[in-house]
Amino acid sequence: MARMKFICDAERCIECNGCVTACKNEHEVPWGVNRRRVVTLNDGVPGEKSISVACMHCSDAPCMAVCPVNCFYKTDEGVVLHDKDICIGCGYCSYACPFGAPQFPSQGTFGVRGKMDKCTFCAGGPEANGSEAEFEKYGRNRLAEGKLPACAEMCSTKALLAGDGDMVADIFRNRVVKRNKGAEVWGWGTAYGSKQAGQAPAKVEGVKK
Amino acid sequence: MILSVAALTACGEKAQTLGTKNDATAYSGAQNHFVDPGWTAGDKTSWEQHLRARGQYGMNDHSRAP
Repeated sequence: MARMKFICDAERCIECNGCVTACKNEHEVPWGVNRRRVVTLNDGVPGEKSISVACMHCSDAPCMAVCPVNCFYKTDEGVVLHDKDICIGCGYCSYACPFGAPQFPSQGTFGVRGKMDKCTFCAGGPEANGSEAEFEKYGRNRLAEGKLPACAEMCSTKALLAGDGDMVADIFRNRVVKRNKGAEVWGWGTAYGSKQAGQAPAKVEGVKK
Repeated sequence: MILSVAALTACGEKAQTLGTKNDATAYSGAQNHFVDPGWTAGDKTSWEQHLRARGQYGMNDHSRAP
């Protein structure tokens, strides 16, 4: 297996927020925290596009780089997770993330941030797989149950794909070839470092405009 | 009475381990009743095959449409 990745197909997303609901329900995410959100560009204008956004589990994750207490780690499958027992709630990861994934519960007294919370790719955290402690801190560990993330499995139009990078890329490639449009995968280049998706072509040195 | 209450206050607290903990691999399985049947816990290849098949069945509608 290569590594776990998300793809959101903007040609298919209908802004139903099924992924958001599935995530909140599966992990019993508290009020004020949305691990996944649907963002719509040109809302209300004909041709609007929606994408479902959460932690993309970046290849070179900026949250990991800026964390002062080193609470982040990456699993063998490339899933970026964090240890809530180490997190001090400083919020640096929130500023560093290009997707706005790390979030903080806001019910604390005097605006206390609390421990950071983010999408775990339904892979739990550093507690025993499937244990009560893991569920309370990080939510369900669906990967250890032999399942894929709830958001993608619940997506009604199959716009959101999650799983082995090779597999989801293959499914998406087939779609693009068949419909002959919509090859842009927003966020893919930012998260996984690919230059092919939705990015401006590289400048060639020595060429005058 | 007051002493016993004071002594037992911490009994409701859950233990927190300091330092980096080792996370168990996903393919080692989960200790609950929600594990999807059809793969062997601890066998990485079996787990990968299972997820791949599940992904293809659940997400690739082109392979299912007539």
